[in-house]
Amino acid sequence: MKSPFHQTVIERLQRQILDLEGYKTKPRQQQKKLGFAHIEKHFPNQVFPTGTIHEFVSTQPEHTACTSAFIMALLSKLNTHQGIYVWIGKQRQLFPPGLNYFGIPAHQIIFINLVKPKDILWATEEALKCQSLNGVISELEAITFAQSQRLQLTVEKSKVTGFILRTQTGPIHATACAARWQISPTASLNLTELPGVGFANWQVELLKVRNGSTASFNISWHNDQFHTIESSASQPFLPHAIGS
Amino acid sequence: MNKRYVSIWFPHLVTDQMAIRQKELDGIAYALVTHERNKQIIIGVSYQAKKLGLKPNMPLADARIILPSLQAFKYQPLRQQKLLKMLAEWFIRYSPNIALAPPDGLFLEVSGCTHLWKGEKPYLQEISSRLKKAGYHFKIAMADTLGTAWAITHYGENQIVKSGEHLQALLPLPTKALRLEENILQRLAKLGFHTIDSFIHIASSTLRRRFGEEINLRIGQALGHQPEAFETISEPHPYQERLHCLEPIQTAKGIEIAIQTLLENLCILLQKDDVGFRNATLKCYRLDGELQQISIGTNQASIHIQHLFKLFELKIKQIEPDLGIELFIMEATKVEALPKQQEALWQIQAQSNLSEVSELLDRISIKAGKNAIRRYLPQEHHWPEHSIKAVTDPQQLPETEWQTHKLRPTVLLNQPEPIQVSAPIPDYPPMNFTYKGQLHRITKADGPERIEREWWLNEGKHRDYYYVEDEKGQRYWLFRLGHYHSKIAAQWFIHGFFA
Repeated sequence: MKSPFHQTVIERLQRQILDLEGYKTKPRQQQKKLGFAHIEKHFPNQVFPTGTIHEFVSTQPEHTACTSAFIMALLSKLNTHQGIYVWIGKQRQLFPPGLNYFGIPAHQIIFINLVKPKDILWATEEALKCQSLNGVISELEAITFAQSQRLQLTVEKSKVTGFILRTQTGPIHATACAARWQISPTASLNLTELPGVGFANWQVELLKVRNGSTASFNISWHNDQFHTIESSASQPFLPHAIGS
Repeated sequence: MNKRYVSIWFPHLVTDQMAIRQKELDGIAYALVTHERNKQIIIGVSYQAKKLGLKPNMPLADARIILPSLQAFKYQPLRQQKLLKMLAEWFIRYSPNIALAPPDGLFLEVSGCTHLWKGEKPYLQEISSRLKKAGYHFKIAMADTLGTAWAITHYGENQIVKSGEHLQALLPLPTKALRLEENILQRLAKLGFHTIDSFIHIASSTLRRRFGEEINLRIGQALGHQPEAFETISEPHPYQERLHCLEPIQTAKGIEIAIQTLLENLCILLQKDDVGFRNATLKCYRLDGELQQISIGTNQASIHIQHLFKLFELKIKQIEPDLGIELFIMEATKVEALPKQQEALWQIQAQSNLSEVSELLDRISIKAGKNAIRRYLPQEHHWPEHSIKAVTDPQQLPETEWQTHKLRPTVLLNQPEPIQVSAPIPDYPPMNFTYKGQLHRITKADGPERIEREWWLNEGKHRDYYYVEDEKGQRYWLFRLGHYHSKIAAQWFIHGFFA
């Protein structure tokens, strides 16, 4: 058994390692709080890492729709004031009126459509350098480890949060991203017994978290809040809001 | 079409201008003098002084004998040149092509210009009255060739030589009117040729033998057989910087330094006027006479040197220095008032510093074109394709609210794609559908939401939209085109994916 003294020493050392890896512990008031402990507890320091690159894997358009919505919802929780977001991709498929439901007015998003993957990478890096942006979302088919490292180094300087949407099918290489997510749709949530399609509901999988733990949970979005749904079958459809 | 030229001669260019500047000189005799071998020599005289018989090249002492009250001023050689250039720029309002005829004349190419003043006569009258009002003494003529126009201004009467009649106009003029060199003139005088008509019909080979090739050239230019160079002055560019290189520049680093220097100078110029770049062009004049140029544009007026430099930097590759570049010229082709600078405090508090974002967009649009960048604003239309409006301006705000009371998909297909559906009629949602060869069983559904076409925009059938969810929990936006028909199968489409 470890003594409490050893415990604190180990914790302090762990924090130092995190600092070296780019997870700077910021003063409390500067931290951007997601306000959603259910997700945050899986990350180092119990804080959703901003100023890093998050990687989302989606291959089908159904999944892309959910992933986009989830990113929008995350961003709207992280940024309370109005800001500018950049979305870089091959061709815009997102439907701006549909995004408003997830907390971000679509006119705050600047869409950049580029053809070559090389150009998309370049534009992503340029955008990540721009400290005035609240978030950069980039649709990339594939990204190599070196490229992801380069982006990671960029954001460590600028503190912009980047989201990479990978549409690549087949095996996925390792990247230097802080976390790898996969969002897939699940049956919608009907709070009452009204018929029809209910609130958006997703299976959120944290496939990889640097210095954190992987997890899988069921999240629903309604009334501008994240809600978790207990997966146990004995409590069907009894969500409780953890959001602030 | 025949070319038409106007020649204007200012015999008292500098002295006239002095009289315009200093009212007390108006109407009196004075002269410009310079020192030459211990003597004061008159270079230019005023109109009144000339009337009294004073001429250039006369010693000041002699002139003072004729007119003891003669005032003398020091001659500044650069002043005349500058003045002529200024006048030439002023004349751009009358013709786009102006050439200098140093030391004291101007040429205007007026082909196709005169009709704007309702003819050649009113055109010359307009110019004359403007110059007279300003206080200049001048002589003016219009002819088919530069040589004839020049000859008439210097040795003839003010007039318009009709097209094709320049030979007749030249005949009575003295030999000097052909702009010949002094030694040729002397030889002509020795042989008794005092006017042009006395020798112009002599065969050119004979003339050449006696007087050299130049006389034929000048006759040919006056008659229009020989071409004559017409070097137009360029329109003055208010925001332009030039950089001459001591040695031709060939390296990218050298070009970078040139751009940096030019930008620094030009930005100071722009800042004085409180304007910034919207478009800028860099012209590189190569040693072999070729011109290489690159242009940049910005989304917002900017005098941020580093940012502008980055924009140029992206394009340096397009310049081919070849043997080397000897002259760089940077022009601000379009300028705009600078946006109000935000307070430094504001930039720290609100993270959205718009100028930084627009600089980012500038860089991207330089590389990918302006069309690559889009923002979307809501439009008051129900038809999904019309409900958004693409804009490029990064600061434009929506005129109407985003509509959120009707659910809309997160991903919308550019074109609705046909699907196979089995649906109970009349208005029930489908039970299943096949999209891309995959069968989806529908478990939950909402709808229909009927969206009619706006008949004033496009014609066709309405759409009945259904929001459906399949057994995997994937959510889709489907629609049926038009009403059910007893004979024709209904057409179903998939149009979007919900989150």
